[in-house]
This record gives sequence, structure tokens and C-alpha cells, in this order.
Amino acid sequence: MPEERIVGIDLGTTNSLVAYMEGSQPVVIPGVDGSNLVPSIVALDIVDPNAESSARPTVTVGNSARRALIENPERAVYSVKRLMGRGLEDIQDELKLFPFQLADDIQPGEVLRIRLGDKHFTPSEISAYILRQLKRNAERYFGAPVTKAVITVPAYFNDAQRQATRDAGRMAGLDVLRLVNEPTAAALAYGLDRAKEGIIAVYDLGGGTFDISILKLNDGIFEVIATNGDTHLGGDDIDNLLLAVALDEIRNEHNVDLRQQPDAIQALRKAVIEAKIRLSTEPVAKLDIELPSNGGPDGDRYQREIPREVYEQLIQPVLARTAGPCRQAMADAGITPDQIEELVLVGGSTRIPAVRTLVDEIFQLSVRGKKPHTELNPDEVVALGAAVQASILAGSSTTTDELLLLDVTPLSLGIEALGGVVARIIQRNSTIPASATEHFTTGVDGQTNVAIHVLQGERELASDCRSLARFDLKGIPPMTAGLPRIEVKFLIDANGILQVTAREQRSGLEAQIEVKPTYGLTDEQVETMILDSFDHAETDFEARQLIEARLDADTILAAVEKAPASPAWKLLGEDEKANIEAVRLQLTAIKTSDNLQAIRAATTDLDHATRNFAEKMMEAAVSGAMRGKTMQTASDDLGEAVNAPHPFAPAEFK
Amino acid sequence: MSTATTISVPAACWACSAALTQSALLCPNCSKVQPASTADYFQVFGLPRSLNIETASLEREFHRLSRRLHPDRFARATPEEQQWSLANTALLNDAYRTLRDPIQRTEYLLRLEGLKIGEEHAGKGKSADRQPPADLLEEVFELNMQLEEMRMNQKMGERDPALQADLTAARARFEGLLAAVDGDLSSKGAEWDAGDSAIRDQAAKAMATLLDRRRYLRNLVRDVNEVLTTAAA
Repeated sequence: MPEERIVGIDLGTTNSLVAYMEGSQPVVIPGVDGSNLVPSIVALDIVDPNAESSARPTVTVGNSARRALIENPERAVYSVKRLMGRGLEDIQDELKLFPFQLADDIQPGEVLRIRLGDKHFTPSEISAYILRQLKRNAERYFGAPVTKAVITVPAYFNDAQRQATRDAGRMAGLDVLRLVNEPTAAALAYGLDRAKEGIIAVYDLGGGTFDISILKLNDGIFEVIATNGDTHLGGDDIDNLLLAVALDEIRNEHNVDLRQQPDAIQALRKAVIEAKIRLSTEPVAKLDIELPSNGGPDGDRYQREIPREVYEQLIQPVLARTAGPCRQAMADAGITPDQIEELVLVGGSTRIPAVRTLVDEIFQLSVRGKKPHTELNPDEVVALGAAVQASILAGSSTTTDELLLLDVTPLSLGIEALGGVVARIIQRNSTIPASATEHFTTGVDGQTNVAIHVLQGERELASDCRSLARFDLKGIPPMTAGLPRIEVKFLIDANGILQVTAREQRSGLEAQIEVKPTYGLTDEQVETMILDSFDHAETDFEARQLIEARLDADTILAAVEKAPASPAWKLLGEDEKANIEAVRLQLTAIKTSDNLQAIRAATTDLDHATRNFAEKMMEAAVSGAMRGKTMQTASDDLGEAVNAPHPFAPAEFK
Repeated sequence: MSTATTISVPAACWACSAALTQSALLCPNCSKVQPASTADYFQVFGLPRSLNIETASLEREFHRLSRRLHPDRFARATPEEQQWSLANTALLNDAYRTLRDPIQRTEYLLRLEGLKIGEEHAGKGKSADRQPPADLLEEVFELNMQLEEMRMNQKMGERDPALQADLTAARARFEGLLAAVDGDLSSKGAEWDAGDSAIRDQAAKAMATLLDRRRYLRNLVRDVNEVLTTAAA
């Protein structure tokens, strides 16, 4: 049996991708729908109440979950990466801006739980569903099981966010061999085909996170010298801004308040995102949206032209927030802009011309006759780099033999000392793995426990830093106060995750450490959240593939059977309807057979045959949502009002 | 009674049995990673204890060792080797970070030599570097008064260009003192490198005092900078 392939995964805020090294080139693995990007959207399937109750709810991931986002927003979630490794008090801002529905009974200090329908999921579980989809896409592509992966994270992710990502991998049945920082991965993807030397910078503005990394390239060694960023800054913020403006204008000019209507908001969000994308290439974008009839005259429309200058003025404050981290990173690296030889742009938001102008200013590119690197698709470059790192770990390719990534920890590590101040033990931008040894003692005679509070961040006071974990050193032999000498070793591993070991030096006893991650899951909790126990059994891989192929077939068949009831069906030509029916019958007939390839081929055929119909239905759903009809239907079905008290913050204009 | 565990054996590579120095990170013979090393930072790089280190060659050696030790090279090795690679790479990184910086290098060497340097224990509050150097007492007192006045002004929204000019001049003066300390440190370092044990003792004590002075001056310059940056904003 050939050595198992290790895949590289970009688990993004907006889109996720899986890639691998094909010979000497990294390539992205497409999904069944032929698309390289899997939207990071997860929707809980609606269960037929007559069906036998199954133990685990089924979900839809990616493009097919988009529709649920508009039709049943209370059963769908996106941008869940913003919640990874966070607690309730960390995310008050996100709750104002994103329609996250959380369980009502979350206590401060607890891991978040997201409500989809009547079920609750941790952010890691939601991410695990996305990872499982990518894993399946890769398995389908290779026709072999995939159990090992490299997953990328924003460079500025803290320990809890990294652990939550690793947990998600485990729940999806993946052995996460390495977490790689996204900008560093991008540098790897770019550095592969050129033997580069010198200092490069990677500016990564994605859907929800911003990173800046400065690297020194030297004979195949990619040494990060400084990194900075903001884990809550990205294209999402631009969408929210445009959305808030639209909502305000609709309220002021049309006297319609859509803020309480999650489905209408989703539809409007879709429209402003499209406008945002158009504004990257066009001088002006138009919004033309039919408004709900309740409260205003029938057929009232929100019509708005957004010239690019207005748009750029509007988003300037968001973009300007990337400048500070860039300057700090250069200061930490001890360099000035003119020393940066090349600049790489990563993330979908770097397509925005105003972003490129800002980057040009910060790094003084055009005055030095330089252009940023954009040759690789900014949506794919991180996944490609992850595949390169996977190949480095596998040691299986001569292309990557000589490459080595030396990354840094983005945040300083400290422990809480007397008076609530932080004593730094590992400085930010230290090359990882990095370690520090500290000594502790007791304050009371006979004391057998010492509590240690570990923090991450740059502020002086513990209360201003991110609480990482509380440790209890237990089993210290009873001695006079101050006599025990407990040596605690803190080690940040190559994933940027902390490990701690302790030893009482007078007795030589290994002190027991009980690690209570502040917003983490325990190993036991992760065990119970593993998605499919059979994911570990590689022996029945074939059987599983067959089951999954049949499930895929059932999903699309169920949708197509309901099609004639949809208003969009009437918009199709007779030929098209006949063709869909023929392909549908073909799939129905073949689905019970054991022929995996045939089932897949027939499923793909039906998907293609109904693509035009699906698009028409999406349009119908969007305008339906705007008229507030779907909303009503949804609440009737649920028997309760959909609850989104403060979905959006008011727009701030300066 | 078994004595086997207490007998100290000369270090040997676990894989090929080649003789090793006690602190080896890697076996020079078979290249296998060795159990977590207890080497000091100078030993990691095979250097004698010395304050004059050429950073370019230090970096080359750091890269050479990283290529062989980094956990990325052990993704398919046994769990034991993975753990050793992690521990020894952390040691290598810590050593490189410390030795490439002249001040950290000096502090580290003096600690190895048994001197107490600066804030030995985190969070203990006032240590030697919080006390103004005797020769600067008056100047520091004056400066602190000015800083306080400036902060008060800033709180009240008042501007005092004369005071700002005084502070700017003071900053230049203290930055000059800082540069002088660095010069003294470097010449004492050279004395230490070249000297016999008596000279080394004296140089080490002098450097420890200089480091305290340096930390004090650096904090002072930082405070002045903070106030002046606020004034400029």
C-alpha cells in the first residue's frame, strides 16, 4: 500500500479548501460540484418527523447549505471561525454584528454552544463538519482514506483558538500533524518555485481575520521574524458596514425596519456582498431590492447606486485598522519599509483596490518600482501552502526536501504575579518551539498546592490579557513555607500550543498538573464530540464511500422531487424539465446498486441538470425573503418567533 | 541492592553507541536526535563562554542545526524522538534568541557565572534597577518632577512648550548616557573575554552594575518617550 497522503487544509472564515502535493506542485482538490471553495456554512438538515429518530443529526455543508441560510436561517451558521476558542465575554461585539444564535444557558468561562434548530453545537463541532466535508472530498478524489492533515490558522490566533482548531480536526477524524500560520503558508506557496533570498512581507486580509508576517528567506529556510494582526478584522466587517448603511437607509427612507427579520437580513447581506465584489472592478454598483409590503406601499424598492469613491470613504476606517499591525510588525522585526523586497497579498479582501492602495503606501512599493505579488489566487494560496507543509512533513518530495519553516509565537506568554501584574516569560515573536523555566514555592507551612495563572497578551495587567489556563500544581510534599522549589517548564510547541511540565526539585517528585483551559474542551469532551466513530475504521472505507454516495443521491433526489411545487419550476422549458426527469429516474434506479462510480456519476449528472433550476430557486428565495413570506412560513413551522434581538449595530459615520 | 541506575556511564548515542558529549543535541556520527539536552546556550552552539560572538556565523549554525533538529523533520519518527526533537529545538531556539542579542547574551553569561542580574524573580516589585544610580540622583529627581508636571498639563489640556523642550533635551542626554553604558559594557566584555579569573571576576561585577544602570536608564527614556508621544498626538 502506498504511503498515505497528507492533505493541507485552509479552514477559512468564509471559505475552506483542501489541497495536496501532486508531484512538485500543490493543487486544490475540488468538491463534487466541481468548485474548489467549500463555503464555511453549516446547516442542520430538516428531519422528516415521520422518519425513525437517528442518534446524530445530519448536516449540509458548503454551497448546498447556502439556501438554508436564507430559507431557514435559524438552522444555519456561517463565519463560525470568529467564535473558535472564545468565551461569551469575548464576543459581545460579534453578537451585535452576526446572527449567531447561542444557547441561553452559557456561563462565563464556558465553551460557547451555537443553536441550530433545537440542537446545540460547539464552534469546534461546527468546524469539524466543514473539515469532514473536505476530508470526504479528498477521499473521493483519491479513492482512498485520508486521516492526516495540516490545517492553517491565522498567525495571530491565540492558544485557545489553536486548540479549538486542533480539536475540530480530531472530531472530524483527522490527525492534525501541524497547525501552520496562514501568512507563512502563503509564503511557502510562493517561495516554492523560486530560490528566493531576502525579506518578504505577507499581508493577509481574509473574511474575518487580518495577519501581517515578515519573513527572512535564506536558502530554503523561511524564518518568520515578526507577526502581528487582528483576529476580528476582515471582509465580514466591510459587509456589516454596508449592511448597516442599507438597513438604516431602508428604515429612514421607506419606514421599514428589517433588523428583526433574519432571513431578509441574509438576503440583503447577499446583495451587499455582491455589490462589494463588483466594486473591486466596476466604478459603481447598484442595489435594487424589493422591500416587504408590510408597513409601506406595495412593490416599494430600495434602489441605491454606490460609487466607488463613496464606498472607499466608507470602508476607509476598516482598512486603516490594518496599518497599525503592519507598522508594529516592522518595528518588532527591526526593519523599515524599504528593506522589504517582496510583498505577497493573500485573502479575498486584498482584491479591493483601496486595500492595494493602502498596502502600497504602507510598504512604499510603487515609489520603489515594486508591485505586490498576486500571481496565485488569493483564495487558494493558503491551502496550497498547507499542502507544501504537508509534503515537508511527509518527507516524500524532493521539491520540499530543502524547505524548512521557522515560525514564531504571535503573543507573549506570561504568568500572573502578585498584584495582578503579568510577568512575561516568553516574548512575542520568539521562534517556536520556545521554552521558559520558572520556579515557584509555597507561602504557607504544609501547603501542597500552588495555583498558577497563565496568560497571553502584551498588556501589563493580567485582567487585560487573555487568560489561557489555570494550573494547579498538586502533590507538593508538605514542607515549611518557601522551602519547596517547584520547577515549571512552559513549552510552546511547533503548533503554537502550550505544554507544561513541573517537578518539585527538593523531593524530585513530578508534580501533578491539572490543566483547566479557560475556553477549551477537555479530552473527554472532545471524545464525545467525534463525529463518526466509523471514521477511524479504515477497513470499511469502501462501504462508507457507498453509504455516503447514496446519502448524497438521496439529498439531491429529495430536493428534485419537491421541485415541481416551487414557483421557479414554472420558469423552466419543457426540454429542461424532461431532461431533469430522465436523469432523476436514472439516479433513482442506480442508487440501490453497489456501483459506487455509477451512483456518483448519476448524482453529478442530476446536479448539473438542475443547476439552472437551483439558481432560479435561490433568486426566488431571496426576493421571497425580502417580501417577508418565507419568514412567516418559517416561524409557523417552528411555532415560535425567530429570535435575533440585536442582529446589527447601527452604522457609524464620521 | 541494585546500583546500576546510579552508575554514571559516559554518554553514548542511543542509536549507534558512538561516544557523545553529555550535552549533545544530535549524534555527530549517525545524526539521530538525542534525549532532551541539558546543555547551556554556549554549548548548544559548541562555543566557549564568551561575549564576543559573530552573529552571522551564529545564524548560519542556527540554520544548520534547525534543518536537522526541527520537529518538522520528525513527523514520522517515534513519539520519543518527536518529544526529544521538540525539547532540543526549543533549547536551540532559546539559545539563539539569547546569544544573538548582546545585552541578553551578557545577562545570560553573568547568570551562568553565578551573578544575580536584574529582576531575578518575576513580580517581586522593586529591584536594583528601580533605584536611581547614585551619580544621577539629582538629575533623575528633576526629570521625574518635569514628567509629573507634563502629565498634569496633558490631563488639563494645557501646553507648555518650554517644558516640552526641556524634556526633549533630557531625553537626548539620557539616550547619550545609555549609549555610554553600552560602550562600557562592550569594553568590560572584551576584558572578560581576554582576562584571567581575577580580571573576569572584576569585569563581571562591573557589568552587572552596568546592566542595572542600563535597565534604569532605558525605563527612564521609555517614560519620557511616552509623555512626549502623547504630547505630539
